[in-house]
Amino acid sequence: MAHSPAATTAHGHSAHVTKRDMLQLIAGAGAAIGVGAIAWPFIDSMNPARDVLALAAIEVDLSPITAGQGITVVWQGKPIFVRHRTPQETKEAEDTPLNKLIEPQADSARVKAGHSDWIVVIGICTHLGCVPLGNKPADPRGDYGGWFCPCHGSQYDTSGRVRVGPAPANLGLPPYAFVSDTKIKIG
Amino acid sequence: MAGLHKSEFSNPVVNWIDTRLPIFTMMQKEYGVFPTPKNFNYFWNFGALAMINLVIMIATGIFLAMNYQPNTELAFDSVQRIMRDVNYGWLLRYVHQNGASMFFIVTYIHIFRGLYYGSYKAPRELLWMLGVVILLLMMATAFMGYVLPWGQMSYWGATVITNLFSAFPWIGPKIVTLLWGGFSVDNPTLNRFFSLHYLLPFVIVGVVVLHIAALHIVGSNNPLGIDVKSPQDTVPFHPYYTIKDSVGICVYLAVFAALVFFAPNFLGDPNNFIPANPLQTPADIVPEWYFLPYYAILRSVPNKLLGVCLMFASILVLFVLPWLDTSRVRSARFRPIYRQLIWVFVLAFVVLGVCGANKPEGIWVVLSRVATLYYFLHFLVILPLLGKLERPLPLPESISQPVTGGRGGGPTPSGAAAKPMEKA
Repeated sequence: MAHSPAATTAHGHSAHVTKRDMLQLIAGAGAAIGVGAIAWPFIDSMNPARDVLALAAIEVDLSPITAGQGITVVWQGKPIFVRHRTPQETKEAEDTPLNKLIEPQADSARVKAGHSDWIVVIGICTHLGCVPLGNKPADPRGDYGGWFCPCHGSQYDTSGRVRVGPAPANLGLPPYAFVSDTKIKIG
Repeated sequence: MAGLHKSEFSNPVVNWIDTRLPIFTMMQKEYGVFPTPKNFNYFWNFGALAMINLVIMIATGIFLAMNYQPNTELAFDSVQRIMRDVNYGWLLRYVHQNGASMFFIVTYIHIFRGLYYGSYKAPRELLWMLGVVILLLMMATAFMGYVLPWGQMSYWGATVITNLFSAFPWIGPKIVTLLWGGFSVDNPTLNRFFSLHYLLPFVIVGVVVLHIAALHIVGSNNPLGIDVKSPQDTVPFHPYYTIKDSVGICVYLAVFAALVFFAPNFLGDPNNFIPANPLQTPADIVPEWYFLPYYAILRSVPNKLLGVCLMFASILVLFVLPWLDTSRVRSARFRPIYRQLIWVFVLAFVVLGVCGANKPEGIWVVLSRVATLYYFLHFLVILPLLGKLERPLPLPESISQPVTGGRGGGPTPSGAAAKPMEKA
C-alpha cells in the first residue's frame, strides 16, 4: 500500500506515508475536536448568564424630566446622565466651534435626530473614572453649563464634551434609542 | 550536574523538563511500558472509569461553585438560576448530579471485581484498604453534596443522618451540635457542608494517588488470580490497555449521556424540587439510591444505637476482609462454592437496597433483617469457614499456560505431574 503509485504522486514525497499516519492524524484531530466540544460549555458558562444579560437593557421614562433637569440611571453597573436641555443649552452646544474642543465632535453626533433637547451620556469622567457633578439642581456645573468633576477639575459642556482637562475625551455615549417621544431604551 | 536524572527522551524541551523533574519518565514507566497481565477482562476497566468520573465531578463542581450560593435564603434559587440562566448551567448541573450516580455504579462494580477475583488478598491488602477509605470519602462527599440544593430531601436527609450521631451515649448530642453549628440543620450547617464538599474530592485525589502507587508496587491482579510468572504473561499497558480502556470509556459515556440527556431526574427524588421547609417533613425520607442498602441496615433493628453501629460496621468490615477470607486461592473462577455464594451476597445487597427505598414496615422489615444478617454472615462466618472447607479447582501453571499449553480447563497433558496449589 505504502509503495503504490497513488501514494507517491498524491503526496509528492517519499511513499512512506502509511495508513497508520492517516489514522493517527484523524484520531488526533478527533481528539482535538472532542476536547474543544467538552471545554466550550465550561468556558461559556463563565460568560454573562441570561439574567445578567436581561439587565443589560433598561427603559427610562422621560416625561417627569423638565427642561434644565437631569436624572441619573444605572445601566450595566454604570451611572448614565439623562439631561433635558433648555433651548439655550441646546443652542450653545450646537454653536460651539469644533476647533475649541479638546476632542472635536459635533453636537449632532451626540444626540438623536429630532430629539436634540435630550442628552444621554455615561456619567464617568474620562480622566480617572469619578462620577462628575451636575445632575442635581444644587450641583456645580462648571463654566460650560454641563458637568464638573470634583476630583481633578475637568469640565464638560451641555453636550457632555470635555472643555477643561485633565480629562482627555468627551463623556461616553451609551447605545440608546427613542421608543416613543417620552421613553428611551438604553442598551 | 550530579543528581540530575538521565532522561531518555530525544525532544529537547521534554528532555530539559524530564532531567529536572522526571514526570515523562514516570508516565512512560507507569502507563507506557508498565507490564500488565495480558488476560484482563472488562471488569478491569472500572478503576480507570472511576478516575475519569472523579475528574468530571471536580471539573463540573468547580464551575457550578462559581454560581452556587451556600446560604439557606439563596441556595435553592441559585441552583434554579444555574439551570435556567447560566450558559450550559443545566448541563453542568445534570452532569454533576448524574455523575455522582455514575461514580457509585462504577465504584460498586470495581469493588465487586475485587471481591470476585480476590484482589484484596496478600500482597494487596493495603491497596484494598485505601480503596475502602476512598469509598468512605465518596460517601461523605456525596452526602454533603446532596444537602447543597437545599430541597426538602436535602434538608430532611441531612437532619436524619446528622441526628444519628446522637445515638452515641453521653457525647452523642454534643457531637450533633458540633456538626450542626447550631440547634438544627441550618445556615451554619449548609455553609460548612459546602466548604467540606469542595475539599473532600481533593482528599480523594490524594488517596487515589496512594491507591495507584500501592497498585504499581505489587502489580495488578488478573482474572485467574495467579501471579505473573514471566514477561510472557504481560503486555505493556500502552497500547493494549489504553485502547481497551478507551472502548470502556465510550460505553461508560454512552450510559452517562443517556442519563444526562434523556432521563436526568430518573434517579432523583421529586421532593427535592420543593424548597426546604423545616416545619414540614416529607411523607418518606429516602436517601439517594447508592445509600439505600446502608439505610436498610440502619433501620433493620429497632434500637437506634445498634442500628447506627451496624451501619458503620457494614463498611468497616470491608477493611478486615483480607484477614476474614482464609482461602489460599484468589480468583472465584477456581472456587466453585464461593463463586455461587458471592451472588447470594450480591442478591442480599440488592434486596437491602430495595428495602431501603420502602417504609420499614411489614415484609420490608423482615426482608431487611434477613438480608442484613446474611450480609454480616457472608463476611464474618462464610468467608472464614469457606477457606477451610472449600476444595478449589486446580490452578493453571501460569497466565500464558491455558493459551500456549493445553486448552485451559481440559486434562493436563499426559506425563505432566500434578502441580502444587498456587499460594495466594
